[in-house]
Parts: sequence; structure tokens; C-alpha cells
Amino acid sequence: MQLRLMLALAVLFAAAVPARAHLLFVSNEKDDTVSVIDTESLEVVNTFPVGERPRGITLSKDKTKLYICASDSDTVQVVDAKTGKILHELPSGEDPEQFALHPDGKLLFIANEDDAITTIVDIESGKVVGQIDVGVEPEGMAVSPDGKWAITTSETTNMAHWIDVDKREVVHNSLVDQRPRHAEFDHDGKRLWVSSEIGGTVTVFDVDSKQELKKISFEIPGISQDRIQPVGIQLTSDGKLAFVALGPSNRIAVIDAQSYEVKDYLLVGRRVWHMALTPEEDLLFTTNGVSGDVSVVDVPNLKVIKTIKVGRYPWGAAVLPTN
Amino acid sequence: MLERNSLKSGLSVLAAACLWLVLSMPQARAQTDIEILYLEHQQERPATLSNLDAPPEDDGLQGARLGIADNNTTGRFLKQSYRLREVIVPPDGDFLAAARQALAEKPAPFIIANAPADELLALADLPQAKDALIFNAGAAETRLRDADCRANVLHTGPSRAMLADALMQFLIKKQWNDILLIEGPRPEDQLFAQAIRDSAKKFRTQIVADKKWTFGPDMRRNASAEVPLFTQVDDYDVVVVADEVGDFSQYILYNTWLPRPVAGSDGLMPVGWNRVVEQWGAVQLQNRFREQAGRDMRAGDYAAWAGVRAVGEAAARTNSGDPETLDAYIRSPDLKLALFKGRALDFRPWSGQLRQPIPLVHRGALVALAPFEGFLHQKSDLDTIGIDQPEAKCKLN
Repeated sequence: MQLRLMLALAVLFAAAVPARAHLLFVSNEKDDTVSVIDTESLEVVNTFPVGERPRGITLSKDKTKLYICASDSDTVQVVDAKTGKILHELPSGEDPEQFALHPDGKLLFIANEDDAITTIVDIESGKVVGQIDVGVEPEGMAVSPDGKWAITTSETTNMAHWIDVDKREVVHNSLVDQRPRHAEFDHDGKRLWVSSEIGGTVTVFDVDSKQELKKISFEIPGISQDRIQPVGIQLTSDGKLAFVALGPSNRIAVIDAQSYEVKDYLLVGRRVWHMALTPEEDLLFTTNGVSGDVSVVDVPNLKVIKTIKVGRYPWGAAVLPTN
Repeated sequence: MLERNSLKSGLSVLAAACLWLVLSMPQARAQTDIEILYLEHQQERPATLSNLDAPPEDDGLQGARLGIADNNTTGRFLKQSYRLREVIVPPDGDFLAAARQALAEKPAPFIIANAPADELLALADLPQAKDALIFNAGAAETRLRDADCRANVLHTGPSRAMLADALMQFLIKKQWNDILLIEGPRPEDQLFAQAIRDSAKKFRTQIVADKKWTFGPDMRRNASAEVPLFTQVDDYDVVVVADEVGDFSQYILYNTWLPRPVAGSDGLMPVGWNRVVEQWGAVQLQNRFREQAGRDMRAGDYAAWAGVRAVGEAAARTNSGDPETLDAYIRSPDLKLALFKGRALDFRPWSGQLRQPIPLVHRGALVALAPFEGFLHQKSDLDTIGIDQPEAKCKLN
């Protein structure tokens, strides 16, 4: 009886412990390096050099490679995710800042900040296959889950440009509040979220009609309104939660993605800009530029559980699942 | 008979249907063209001891041109286009006559003015300028925002009061409360020195010695002999120099009797803009400017650029080119200008002054950005620098 009980408990525990040992990659903008963090031990396990001013960071479709925007090197570097070795480079147009991978894994859409252009690169051939005129200082870049839309946000033009991927042209422009930094599609592709850094708001669009569904404002007791500067956005795949990084207010907002109500503000590090979720969505990591660290948020309990020191001015974050 | 009636009624039904179809279609966007007049009276550059930092001839103009380029990049998507009309009067030219002629040739609803204070006022008082919106991008006189305000003038460059207040807040933060003030001989120097005195009163710092710089001889050779003696006065925490053209202030540094920081027209300088401002995405603006102008962006360029951008932002948000509509929007609290200083900016209704953080810089870096934490205000901490509403002498409403 005792043995059976012990066996049952053992099975129970084995099933209850989630597979957690993934790798978080963080680009350090001013150090020209990428920090690698083990998401189980929550420690930095590696730091490797990359090109100049690394910012946007994203994984290849097969999850074996990292793509990194090395803005001052005017290139996208392709890095072996296991070893950190730079394999080769992709053309990117000048000053690439953020990019998004098409769901087919073949095309990379890159926002070229200095040139008011979105560049489309075919990954396999390593060639630029299109360049589209957008507004002044494009930064945010997102591709819809169905691959039909690519969105570029222009910081100084204050627009989200809707690019028809097949036609390779801008077919609609949505004026948003000042200085839009980031665009993010829902998991089901029904909504588009756009952050306005200086406007202090996040606008949610209905993808089918391209109409504004909601404009979310933020208010943090004791914090001056102008310090609340929304940048990065992360959405859980069940459509229930939205996280928004609020810059120099040093907090992220936790939003009920259905009612659009802000549920909570979590204090993280200084000048928080971007975030990444583990595949299980049980941990959220934030990049805190000015304090040079990464905060770890326990998502089910909405609590910040650890701060991990990385390089100078951590910017982008991407989680490589390892199972 | 029946057939003809049917035909007629059939046609009217068809006509009605067509009309309904046309009226119910969304209004197609018409092309809007907006012209902005850049009006400058170039000034004779005074001879300075050193020519290392001679100001460029196109200071201000390049900023206006960049503003037009930025507006057009946005305007492309809104069927709005912008054009700059450049009227630049040489130093010995008659500014007012040129302005009158320019306004007679074509009405100018939006003007970026880069001219000395009294000429700006004369421009604003021209009957043809009554309905124009003039952005003062060149004259820092505080009185233009105060007793000499005009209903048709907004100021995008900071006033001397704002610059002095910004510096004074920093001095207080550092507890450099005792000031040795050195005033240069030029009228502009006297204005800045007075702004420092007013600021010292406002923020309760002490000017322990107030001296006038009267040296003629070449400071490049004599500074290390003359300056220590000149600055051997009591004790002070900081030396503030008023030397707006940069004739002698650079020779004060490291030559003072006491080892003290120098601020004001050199050393630690309060400015509207400077090439060393890189935060808040400013690198992008600096790059765009450098690529267009072949030099660094200066405060005069920034002020001109800001005026043009205000028009562009208003036109984009109101989807209109109508001057009255844009004027109203620019003056409203709805205006939110993102001008690379880290927060949304708008104009003070009681003075027409663009509220803005003031960078404190030295030649190599940004030191700090005023206003600072701790300086409290009921409505906006940006109003702790410059003229605040309760003390405003501008009587327009």
C-alpha cells in the first residue's frame, strides 16, 4: 500500500513539474553583445559578441537560429542559437531596428529606421526582394499569423502602416497617438495592438475592418503622466492577458485583454522596453535598459520574482524553447 | 403612354439610385497643399576673438527645410503636401519692406520668423500679418513672451528666462548657490545676465559678485594672467558668464582664481538644442539633419523645425489645411508634439511659448535635462521654467 502510494506520488510530481529549461536571449544595445539566460536556473549562462548596436532579436521558424538586427552595422546577423556563433549575415537596408518573421519562415520584414523604408528579405536566397516606402522613423514591425498583413509603425509620422504582403504595398494607414514604437498581433490574428510612447496610450485595432476598437490609457499613482511611455507589448496566446512595458515609469501594465482594463502595474527595472514569454507562458521576462537588467515575472501569480544583471542597455528579448 | 411613363419613372428611380450611391460613398480625400513662409533677417556676425565656432549662414533655414521634409513624409499618406517659401533678407536689407512685399505677393498663413525682437514685433503688427500664425524661431527676448506678446505669435525657441531658470535649477540641485556673475559688453549679454539675476531671485540663490567684462586685448594670450585676478572675489561655487556670441567666455574655464565650474554661455550651457542630445530617439533627428544640412543641428534649426512640425501635426490630426482650423488646434491642449525631448509638448496659452525641457550641455555631452525633480508645480513641472501664468504680463484675452 505504501509503495503504491509512493509510486503514485512520484508519478504525480513528475507530471506536475513543467519542462522549464529554455534559453532567453537578450540583446545589449550598448555592449554589442547578447546575453543568454537559462530560464530554469534564471542565471546568465553565456554572453557572446554580435554586430554594432544590436536591437531587434527573433528566432528562425525551426528555432535553430537567431536573427539579430545589428543597427549600426546595417545588417541582420544570423546566429547559431546553440553555440552563439555568427553564421552569416542578411542584407537589411540601413539601420534595421525591429523585424518580424513571416509565419512561413521564409521572409523577414525589417523596419529601417533612418530611411523611412520597410525592407523585405528572402532568407534562403539572402536577397532583398522588396522595399516599401513608409513614414518617418519606422520601428515597430509585425506580421499577422495568417501571413496576409505586415504592419510597420512610423515614430515621427505617428502611423501604423498596413502592408498587403501579397501586393507588397501599403494599402491603409492608421493615425495613432504620438511616437508609435511597437505593433503586436493577437495569437488568432483578430486584433492588432499598437503602443504610442509619447502619446502614452495603446490602441487596439480590429484587423478585418482596420477600425480602432479601444484606446487604453494608463495611470500610476505617484508617477507623473509623462513618464508613462508604452513601448513593448506581449500577449498571451489564450487572448486573456496583455503586458505593456511602460518605459521610464519602470513598470509593466497587466491588462485584461478582453475588457481592456488594467489589472495591475508591476514594478520592474529602469526604463523597461521589451518583453518575452516562455512557451508555457508561465514566465515573462522584461528588458530594463537603464538599470541593465532583466526582470522575471511569475505570470500566474503576477509577481516579479527575480532580477538578472545583463549587459548595458538590454533591448530585445527572445525565448528559445528547448525540449 | 404607359410605356413612356414607365420609362420616365424608371429613369428617375435610376437617377435617384445613382445619387444615393454617390452621396453614401466615403468622401474621397482631396489633395491639400500647405505653404509655409520662412522669413529671415540675416545678422552681421560680430568679430570674435576666435573663429573656431563661427555660426553657419543657414542656421534656422536648414531646420525649417527638415521640418518640411518630415511633414511631407507623413503627408504622403494623407494627401497633404508641404512647401517652404524662403525669403531671406541680407544684413543690410530692409526686413520690414521685404516682409511687406512677400505678404503682398501671396498671403502667408504660417510664418517661421528668424529675426531680431523688434523686427519680429513689426512683422507681427503688419496689417497683412494679422491673420497669420507666426512662429518666433530666432529671438530669445523674454519680453516677447510677456509685456510685448502678440496674439499672432507663438514661440518655439526658449526665452532667456527659461534658459536661466533651467541653469538655476541645476545649480540648486548641486548646491552651487553662490554665483560669480560675469556680464559681457553686448546688449544680448546684458539681457542674459539680467535673466540670471531674475532667476537667482526666483530660486533664491546668491549672486555674491556681479562683474562686467571690459577687457579688450587678446584673451587667447592673456587669459591666464587676467582672468585669475578678475575672478579673485570672495568665495563662490560657480562662475556664470553672459557672453552670447562666444567672444571671451571660453577663456574663463580653468583660469579662475578658485577652482570652480563655469556655466552660462560656455562650460555648462542651457540650450534649446545641441548636437550632443542623443536620448529619446534624438539620434534619428540628428542623423536626418546632418545628412540634409552637412552640419550639426543647432538651437535655431530646432526652433524653426519645431514650428514647421507643429503645422504638420495639426494638419495630420485635423485632416485639414484650413489655417483657422490648424491655428486653433495648435493652440489647444489637444496638441501633443513629440519633439525628441522625451515628452509631449504644447504651447502656454498665457505667453504663446512652447513648453519644453531644457538640455544642459557641455561641448561633449548632455549633462542634465531641466526641469528637475523636486521643483513642484500645481499643473506641469515644465512651467517651473520660464514665465508661469500667475506672473504673466501678457494681456491678450
